[in-house]
Amino acid sequence: MLEIQNLHVKLEEDDKVILKGVDLTVEAGKVHAIMGPNGSGKSTLSYVLSGRDGYEVTEGSATLDGAELLEMEPEERAAAGLFLAFQYPVEIPGVGNMTFLRTAVNAQRKARGEEEIGSAEFLKLVREKARTLNIDAEMLKRPVNVGFSGGEKKRNEILQMAMLEPTMCILDETDSGLDVDAMRLVADGVNALRSPDRGFLVITHYQRLLDHIKPDVVHIMADGRIVKTGGPELALEVEKNGYAGILSEVA
Amino acid sequence: MAQSRAQADRFAAHRAEATAARLAALDLPQGGAFAAARGAALDRLRAMGLPHRRDEYWRYTDPADLNAAGPAAVEPWPAVDVPIFGSIDRLRLVFVDGVFDAAQSDPLDMAGIEIARLAEVAAADIHPAHGWAAPAFGRLEAAGQVPVARPFAALNTAVAQDGLLIRVTGKAAKPVSLVYIHRDGQADAMLHHLIRLEEGAELTVLENGPAAARLNTVMEVEVADGARFHHIRTQGRDPDRRMNTHVFARVGAGALFKSFTLTANGRLTRNEYVVELAGAGGSAHLAGATVLDGATVPGHHDDTVFITHAAPGCESRQVFKKVLKNGAVGVFQGKILVKQVAQKTDGYQISQSLLLDEDSQFLSKPELEIYADDVKCSHGSTSGAIDETALFYLRSRGVPLAEAQVLLTLSFLGDAIAEIEDEELAGEITRRLEAWLARHG
Ligand SMILES: Nc1ncnc2c1ncn2[C@@H]1O[C@H](COP(=O)(O)OP(=O)(O)OP(=O)(O)O)[C@@H](O)[C@H]1O
Ligand SMILES: [Mg+2]
Repeated sequence: MLEIQNLHVKLEEDDKVILKGVDLTVEAGKVHAIMGPNGSGKSTLSYVLSGRDGYEVTEGSATLDGAELLEMEPEERAAAGLFLAFQYPVEIPGVGNMTFLRTAVNAQRKARGEEEIGSAEFLKLVREKARTLNIDAEMLKRPVNVGFSGGEKKRNEILQMAMLEPTMCILDETDSGLDVDAMRLVADGVNALRSPDRGFLVITHYQRLLDHIKPDVVHIMADGRIVKTGGPELALEVEKNGYAGILSEVA
Repeated sequence: MAQSRAQADRFAAHRAEATAARLAALDLPQGGAFAAARGAALDRLRAMGLPHRRDEYWRYTDPADLNAAGPAAVEPWPAVDVPIFGSIDRLRLVFVDGVFDAAQSDPLDMAGIEIARLAEVAAADIHPAHGWAAPAFGRLEAAGQVPVARPFAALNTAVAQDGLLIRVTGKAAKPVSLVYIHRDGQADAMLHHLIRLEEGAELTVLENGPAAARLNTVMEVEVADGARFHHIRTQGRDPDRRMNTHVFARVGAGALFKSFTLTANGRLTRNEYVVELAGAGGSAHLAGATVLDGATVPGHHDDTVFITHAAPGCESRQVFKKVLKNGAVGVFQGKILVKQVAQKTDGYQISQSLLLDEDSQFLSKPELEIYADDVKCSHGSTSGAIDETALFYLRSRGVPLAEAQVLLTLSFLGDAIAEIEDEELAGEITRRLEAWLARHG
């Protein structure tokens, strides 16, 4: 499904190299987790995949179902099925959450040659999904993420994911800032979307999230590379011993 | 820089000459019910002279095109398929090139409101409107000349032959909608409207259309105690037109004055508001949304506002937003003056520009002058580019670039549109802006 090969990325403005040859494949139906020290390049990878400005790919490729992502505009990647739940969701004053959701859903439908969703149907769908994530009507009315608490923002990301039904979901530290109950809601939201034709890449620092969203594969990223790949036990090892052991072993 | 005496004298002589030349080229109205008011306005104008780039409030806007004897010709813009306010139940009054067109207009009668045409009232030997309108004509304009001169307003009072005199005694059944059609490429129009809302009266006035190649309007509005006045106007799409408008208002105790202006393009637009909150507990809300694309014709838009709090417990709001691209220039000069009696004043002013490229610019001059000690006044002025992070966020959700830009631009203008109370009218304005943004994406 998602295939990243030898991806090298540097910052456009100051030539700082951040990704130094990332290789990673996420198969349909699987959940992959990425762990790694602060600053190792996890968020950068997620941004480069979703098409944010400011990075330059100097080598390598990233394809989604065979199509080269790196040549597409961000909106085309979204329409192709890619979704990124941001580590720091963005506030958009003046744009209502509902308007935002409907605009996004319809834009993607349009890009895929499907019909726009009717407003009654849309409302019903949002309310239903919002309820399961414990997002109330008042939050839906407010401008996107404005005045939302950290946890509310993260739940709002998952609501967007649930509405857009992407095939490849990248979650960047969606667990950070969540209380125990919210974490369960978010995990339930993610698990509800799990299906044989959908892949997940879950970036996290904590085993806690992986207790709820069981990964098939765990990768360790350090200094711009995937330095180790294993099963769920790898996350447990990180939880217990930190990165020191793993990093010295691969150094 | 200090001017020498000789320089100043030369400059004054030059100004007097330019003013005399302008007046010589005009067809001044003679006699009639407003002769005294017009004569006084002419004296005012001669005393102050036409404006110059060196005048404090004309530094950012060159008055040359407004001073010129006649306008440069402007090809009238083809009529749009769906006229604005077309779906609103309104009393539609049409002016063509600045001249009232009775044939295209609805009859001038409506419950709770007296409407008469300035040209007719001025010429009539006897007219019921003489009683209230003759002493009021030019009164607010004259009062609004201090401390800042507004020569084009005095010129208008002296010269404008057409316009409406509106007196409202009750709640007007529907909005009075002034439609300004532009037909003659050379049209140089002046309109003077005098509006008086008696105690507790209510009226909404709509204005739209380019009107002429060059337009000068004055609207004087007296809002008596407890009355409510709403004004929503759209300034036509003709990119080549030039216009300067003045709205003078005096707001009584517990009364409300609200005005919103949508301006789309225009070679030169200068909108001045002079509002006095004269009675305790009055409110004045002024808002403007301007979208200006200098791609085909250079665009310049100037909002110049002067609000005086002359009574205690009044509230004023100014919300002016501009979207500028392709070298467009936006100007905001906004002043709040709080007199010593005006304790418990609540004054708010925000002026912001969204610059869609580096060629465009925003010049802003906010001013506060406060003589009362118990007041709450805030003002802010910013200009900046579109929020790239928000743009990426939208695109990452599948919203195409152009659509995301429109959405963010509309949300930027949203604070100004939110000042319109009537939802239907706010919706109409929003749709116009959406269409403009789609065309100029
Ligand atoms: N726009 C930028 N400007 C400057 N430095 C940047 C930029 N983007 C990323 N970096 C740097 O690149 C490195 C990788 O950052 P990134 O955010 O990808 O790390 P991360 O693995 O997500 O870390 P964390 O676990 O703290 O979220 C860091 O050293 C960061 O400072
Ligand atoms: Mg990160």
